[in-house]
Amino acid sequence: MTTDIIVDCILGALVLAIAYWVTIARESFAAAVGFVAYGLLLTLVWVRLGAIDVALMEGAIGSGLTGALLLRASSRLRAKEQSAAAEQSGVILRATVALVSMIGAAMLATAVLYLPDPAPTLAPEAAANASATGMANPVTNVLMAFRAMDTMLEKVVLLVALAGVWSLARDWLWGGRPGPRYRADPKAPLTLLAQMLPPLGIVVGIYMLWEGADAPGGAFQGGTIIAAMWLLAMIAGLTDAPPISNRSVRLALIAGPLLFLVVGFGGLWLGEAFLAYPVAYAKPLLLAIEFAMTLTVAVTLGLLIAGPAEREGAP
Amino acid sequence: MMSIADIFTVIAVSAGAFFFMAGSVGLLRFPDTLTRLHALTKADNLGLGLVVLGLMARAGGLLAALKLASVWLLVLFTGAAVSQLIARAARDGDQNDD
Repeated sequence: MTTDIIVDCILGALVLAIAYWVTIARESFAAAVGFVAYGLLLTLVWVRLGAIDVALMEGAIGSGLTGALLLRASSRLRAKEQSAAAEQSGVILRATVALVSMIGAAMLATAVLYLPDPAPTLAPEAAANASATGMANPVTNVLMAFRAMDTMLEKVVLLVALAGVWSLARDWLWGGRPGPRYRADPKAPLTLLAQMLPPLGIVVGIYMLWEGADAPGGAFQGGTIIAAMWLLAMIAGLTDAPPISNRSVRLALIAGPLLFLVVGFGGLWLGEAFLAYPVAYAKPLLLAIEFAMTLTVAVTLGLLIAGPAEREGAP
Repeated sequence: MMSIADIFTVIAVSAGAFFFMAGSVGLLRFPDTLTRLHALTKADNLGLGLVVLGLMARAGGLLAALKLASVWLLVLFTGAAVSQLIARAARDGDQNDD
């Protein structure tokens, strides 16, 4: 028991220290690398809290994909970083920012400290009603059934984010291919990596999706791994990013939310409410949505990292 | 009373932790990119290998032990490829500096 507490204390101190270091780091590249390490430590924190589903998400999205986005942004900003760092904001502005941050932190701390004990929770009800969907993982049940509306809107938010990234393209490149075309070097280690890993990674991604019904995992984690494999093949130059005007790409992007909406309105028509699944078909319906969601997540995240169109691409 | 499997686990995981520590010290103390990579890959290959070996003795069954082993093999593979990439980048960077 005491060793557990010691490990937790060390972990907590490390998270705080690296968070502080990321905040004060002078170079954005160093800060981005620190952020990835911070995400990996947070993953360990979630594992220690027993929230394996969240830990998988933190590792895949918080640390992996966000880290990749930040590293790419920092390498683009490198040329202008010197001049930007030279600009010093005024004392009043800095004092105001510090004050607002402290008030925000104090409010958060008060809210956490004054939570009723025991904290209000719906966990027992979620666990008690697990049989309604035929899935044993309570997290998947909450995400896909009890709070399905939130999950659907979350995917729509992702699509909006992707539209935001796309809109950064120059007008005449709209509909073109994102990012530079990476040239494949058959003798490079990256090529070997991009040839050997994706077969394994795709299997692991689908396995995570499938296991998500009864164990930690699910559409988002599986889709992220598949997206990473796709990006690996793109960066090694083994495949080119598709033009963003490509019709099958667009279809894959909306597959998850679309199926969610169709099933949702079906529930309105056949059952009691929007997104109410008929109990007899709950599990197959949920699995179908999860498969479509995995496809959507993989394509959306891959294209988010690939970035806005930078080359003209024949559609 | 500790069983032989427990003693084996303690020894193997401790040895793995030693290699991780040695690798970290090397990463901090060694003078240039290539020697630092050398230190880092020792931690990945030997350190993680020993930790996995130690944990395999405690794994629930053959399948769990195989999963642990495949984690080590994957890290070996990606570690080797990534250190090649870093070494190439370091070499090319040096040439550009000259």
